[in-house]
Amino acid sequence: MVDNEHNTITVQFTPTIPHCSMASLIGLAIRVQLLRVLPSRFKVNVRITPGTHASEREVNKQLADKERVAAALENLNLVEVINQCIAGQFEF
Amino acid sequence: MGRLELIQSLTGHEGRVWNVSWHPKGNFFASCGEDKIIRVWGKQGSKWSLKSTLSEGHKRTVREVSWSPCGNYIASASFDATVAIWDKSAGEFECIATLEGHENEVKSVSWSRSGSFMASCSRDKSVWIWEVAEEEYECGAVLNAHTQDVKKVIWHPLEDIVASASYDNTVKMFREDLADHDWTCFATLTSHDSTVWSMSFDKSGTRLATCSDDNTIKIWREYKPGNVEGIVTPSGDPVWKCVCTLSGYHNRTIYDIAWCHQTDLIATACGDDIIRVFKEAPESDPNEPTFELVHTCTNAHSQDVNAVKWSPTVAGMLLSASDDETIKVWMYEE
Repeated sequence: MVDNEHNTITVQFTPTIPHCSMASLIGLAIRVQLLRVLPSRFKVNVRITPGTHASEREVNKQLADKERVAAALENLNLVEVINQCIAGQFEF
Repeated sequence: MGRLELIQSLTGHEGRVWNVSWHPKGNFFASCGEDKIIRVWGKQGSKWSLKSTLSEGHKRTVREVSWSPCGNYIASASFDATVAIWDKSAGEFECIATLEGHENEVKSVSWSRSGSFMASCSRDKSVWIWEVAEEEYECGAVLNAHTQDVKKVIWHPLEDIVASASYDNTVKMFREDLADHDWTCFATLTSHDSTVWSMSFDKSGTRLATCSDDNTIKIWREYKPGNVEGIVTPSGDPVWKCVCTLSGYHNRTIYDIAWCHQTDLIATACGDDIIRVFKEAPESDPNEPTFELVHTCTNAHSQDVNAVKWSPTVAGMLLSASDDETIKVWMYEE
């Protein structure tokens, strides 16, 4: 959902099962991908589609915390995993 | 109504600037951020310029810097889980101590007014009290009261009381029990619906302004035992009550708040790139105060504003730090 006037983008993703342990990682990968391709004027919101995950609130809160995201992305191992998640997604 | 006039925009940092801290005399300030280098800026005539760079102190993002009340030291908090102390007595700033102990990212560091203590906090959920004597820093207490990441610690402007703000949506206050030298939590301020990112005491230390991921600011007031309003103070400790909530003004997370000890104005740093200034309304009831928005500085920065700090000596002068890698110096005028 793109709001060009207010420069916000909201992405909702649905984990395949309600207790999916990869939900945080998937959300983070989405954020990183958007960070890399969008102009800096955009504010990004990444959330789990309401009602589709057991720890939805906890995961959404972490994904919305830019300090936690920034610190996590200083972990090169994690960045490598995310790069692998993202690779091959877009072919131009 | 007033306005914020941009005095100067300072570049130099590579990566987001997380924080700024004024020297107590107001003629210098320090900044820090993702590039791990602390920069010290000073004034030459009417222009601010870079005076020193403090590097090799941290291995990861520096999240906060804080100048000691005596003006001789700078403390820095880093994602590398350490707090570094910098001293200039040898002419140039050098790192004279690296304090270890936290298990992961240190988010904030602050000096007490008396200079006897320092506090730090971390994603490890703890607040550490450090005892400062000569140039020795010893851990005085490890406080595990919060249930989540602790984002900020600040000291009371007059007494040796420390307040901490957390991802657990609360603010806690701690003081040392003079009898057994144990630090205990004597107040928990619960009202925000999400992470409390920062807070600021007013000049008297009897009021506290907090800002949160729930897009609101809350004003809290201290009620001491024996207060005339009749607020019950169980266990003889002062009680802090939320007396005002400012909602509907901010569109995104509010990362920092600063209550000016000279003008009483409150400035906020928000994720919507805007700096806002609030002023208490005339005839405001102390137990139910009202605050007015007196200035909205839209696009103060081109990205999130992470910090705002009023000058300790020049009334109306404000610093801001942003994700856009700049620091801006402002002057608020009525």
